Amino acid sequence: MAKGDPGVTRGGRRAAPRSRKGATGDPELVQLLTPEGERIDSVTGPDGTEYRVDFTDEEYRGLYRDLVLVRKLDAEATALQRQGELGIWASLLGQEAAQVGSGRALRTQDMAFPTYREHGVLYCRGIDPIMPLGLFRGVDQGGWDPNEFKFNMYTIVIGAQTLHATGYAMGVAMDGKTGTDDGEAVIAYFGDGATSQGDVNESFVWAGVFNAPLVFFCQNNQYAISEPLERQTRIPLYQRAAGFGFPGVRVDGNDVLATYAVTRQALDNARHGQGPSLIEAYTYRMGAHTTSDDPTRYRIASEVEAWQAKDPIARMKAFLEKQQIADADFFADVDEQAKRESVHLRERVLAMPNPEPTTLFDHVYPNGSPLLDEQREQFSKYLESFEGSAH
Amino acid sequence: MATETLTLGKALNVGLRKALENDPKVVIMGEDVGKLGGVFRITDGLQKDFGDQRVIDTPLAESGIIGTAIGLAIRGYRPVCEIQFDGFVYPAYDQIVSQVAKMHYRSRGKLRIPMVIRIPFGGGIGAVEHHSESPEAYFAHTAGLKVVSCSNPQDAYAMIQQAIASDDPIVFLEPKRRYWEKGPVEVDAPLGDAYPLHAARVARPGTDATLLAYGPMVRTCLDAATAAAEDGRELEVIDLRTLSPLDLGVVYESVRRTGRAVVVHEAPSNVGLGAEIAARITEECFYSLESPVLRVTGYDTPYPAARVEEEYLPDLDRVLDAVDRTFGW
Ligand SMILES: Cc1ncc(C[n+]2csc(CCOP(=O)(O)OP(=O)(O)O)c2C)c(N)n1
Repeated sequence: MAKGDPGVTRGGRRAAPRSRKGATGDPELVQLLTPEGERIDSVTGPDGTEYRVDFTDEEYRGLYRDLVLVRKLDAEATALQRQGELGIWASLLGQEAAQVGSGRALRTQDMAFPTYREHGVLYCRGIDPIMPLGLFRGVDQGGWDPNEFKFNMYTIVIGAQTLHATGYAMGVAMDGKTGTDDGEAVIAYFGDGATSQGDVNESFVWAGVFNAPLVFFCQNNQYAISEPLERQTRIPLYQRAAGFGFPGVRVDGNDVLATYAVTRQALDNARHGQGPSLIEAYTYRMGAHTTSDDPTRYRIASEVEAWQAKDPIARMKAFLEKQQIADADFFADVDEQAKRESVHLRERVLAMPNPEPTTLFDHVYPNGSPLLDEQREQFSKYLESFEGSAH
Repeated sequence: MATETLTLGKALNVGLRKALENDPKVVIMGEDVGKLGGVFRITDGLQKDFGDQRVIDTPLAESGIIGTAIGLAIRGYRPVCEIQFDGFVYPAYDQIVSQVAKMHYRSRGKLRIPMVIRIPFGGGIGAVEHHSESPEAYFAHTAGLKVVSCSNPQDAYAMIQQAIASDDPIVFLEPKRRYWEKGPVEVDAPLGDAYPLHAARVARPGTDATLLAYGPMVRTCLDAATAAAEDGRELEVIDLRTLSPLDLGVVYESVRRTGRAVVVHEAPSNVGLGAEIAARITEECFYSLESPVLRVTGYDTPYPAARVEEEYLPDLDRVLDAVDRTFGW
C-alpha cells in the first residue's frame, strides 16, 4: 500500500460512496468508516482540521491485506506461545487498524519509537515479522536494526521511549530536517496506562517547549493489564494535549482510514515545523494483556462483545464488498497468503537456534572492559572443561 | 607546551569548550547550564559562544534530560548532560540504568549512546540535604555504564574530553568540594597520552602501605601521606580515576609491594566500592598481604546535616588511624 502516497486532504479523486458528516454522533471521535462499513466523506476534528482520505481501490485492498496479515501473524504467535515456543506474547488483537493506519501513514524517512505491542507498525516498516518473536522466545532482545528500518527497539519500561522519541525529534529539528514536504517526523507509541507515567508527561513538556516534530500516538485499549482507564485519568486523554500547548485528537482506533488520515495529518504538521500533537486512538484490546493474563478477572463478556461489533477488519471487509472494490477471489487470496505466511513464520520460529553461550558477553560496551574480558575468558574455559565429557 | 594554573571547575569548563569546538555533534544540556553557566558555573560562557542549540537549557526534569539525550544520541549527537546535584539524579535513575546502560547490548551493538552524565558529587561544602551524596556504587553496579571521577584540574580537563570522545556511556563524577582547588593544566597536551580514560594513576609513590581513593578523597589521602611521611611512613596513594571498570593492575602491583591497603571513600561502606576493591585484592594478593584490607568511609547513614558532616566525612585523622591499624595487625 501507500505506493501512490495518498494525501489526507488531496481532494476526492474517488468520491466517497456516501457522505455522512459526523455520522457517529460523537463529536469527540474522528471516524471515516463506521462499524457497518459505511464511508464518511470527511470529518472535522476538535481543532477544526478536516480529515479525509483518498485512496485508490488498490490502496484500499492493500490496507485490508495488511490488517488480515497482521492479525494472522499475531494469532500464530499466540499459538506458538501456547505450545511453549515463546515465553510470552503481547497480542495486538483488536488494535490492527490503529497500528496499520498509523504505520502506513509514516513515510520512509520518519522514525518510530514503539512499545512491546507494535507488531503491526513493525510489519508496516518492512521488518521481518519474525523479529519480535526472537525477543519473546528469548533468543535475542529484538534483532532488527533501528537505524536501517527507522523503527526503534521495543521498550518494555512503560513510557520510557516517549522521551527517546522527543530527543530524537529535537535532533531532527536541530539537523534542519523540518519545514519542507520531505522533512522528517517522529512518532512515539504508548498505551493508556503509560499516560500516568512521569516520563510521558515529561516528554509532553519537552516536546511542547522545543516544538519537536513529534506525534504522540496513544493506543487507548481501555486497560493497563487489569486497570481500567478510570484508574489513569479523569478526562479524555486527548484533551491533555491542550494543557501542554499542542493539539490533541481522538480517532476511532478501529477505523484504519481515520487512523491513517489523522496520523498522516499530524506527521505532516510535524514535518512542516508545526510541532507536536497527541493522537488518542480509541480502541480495545480484544485478547489478554499478554499470554500470562486472565482478563475474565477484570472485565465482563458483554463489554468484549460490544467491541467485537466494532471489529476493524470486518468493517473494512463490509466496505470493500459494498463498494465492490474486492471480490470473493480477492478475499480468498488474502486468506491464503496470510495462512502461507503464518505457516512460514511457524517453521522459522521452530528453527530459531539458541544463541551461543559466550555471546552473553557481547556488546556490553562499545569499547570493551578488561573486567568483562576476564569474565568471558573464565567462562569460556569453564565451558571447555565440559568438552568431551558426558554433559 | 602551554601550562596554565586553573581551578578544577575552570579546567572542566575549558575541557567542555574544547569538546564543543572539536565536534559539532557535542551538545551540553541540563538545568541552568546556559545563561547562568550552571549553578557551579562549570558551563560558564559556553552558551554565549556556541548558541542555545549546542548548550541547551532544559525543563526541570531529570528523567527528561537523560531520556531525550538518549534520543539525541540515537540521532547522532553526543550529549553531555549535567545533573545539577548528586541527590537529584534519582528521578533519572531508570533512564540511566535501564536505557542508557542497556541500549547497546539490547540492540546487539546497532545503537550507540555516546553520552556523558556529569554529576557534581560528594559533601564538604556545607549544603542542605540531597546536595552531598555519593551515588557511585549504584552506577558502578550497572553493566553497560562506565563510571569515572577526576580529582585534580589536569585530570578534569583531560578526562572530560576523553569521556565525551568515548562511545561508551559514562557517568562522570565531579568532586564538588574540589572545584575551587588550583593546579597546573597542560592545555595543549594530546589527550590520553599520559593516561587513557580508564587507567588508575599513582598520585604519590610510597613503599609501606597503599591508600586507594578517587575524586574528593585523593586530596585527603595525599595530605595523610604527607603527614605520615613526617612520622617516617611512606604511603603510596593511588587515584583510581576509573570506578567501573576498575583498573586493578596498578592496584595489585602496589599492594603486592607494600603488603597493606586502605580504601577511602565518602560513600557509606555497606556494599560500597571499598567492599569490591577489598574483595578483589584479597583474591589476587592474598599471599602478599600483611593485614586485611581496611576501609575508611562515610557511615551507613543518610548524609547528615551540614554541621556534623565533618564527623561523617573521612578525614586525615581517620585515614591515619586506619593506617596505624594495618600496621598493628
Ligand atoms: C514502569 C513499568 N511499570 C510496570 C510495568 C509492568 N507492565 C507491563 S505492561 C503494563 C500495562 C501497560 O498498559 P498500557 O500503557 O495501557 O499499554 P497496553 O499494554 O495496554 O498496550 C504494566 C503495568 C512495566 N512494564 N513498566
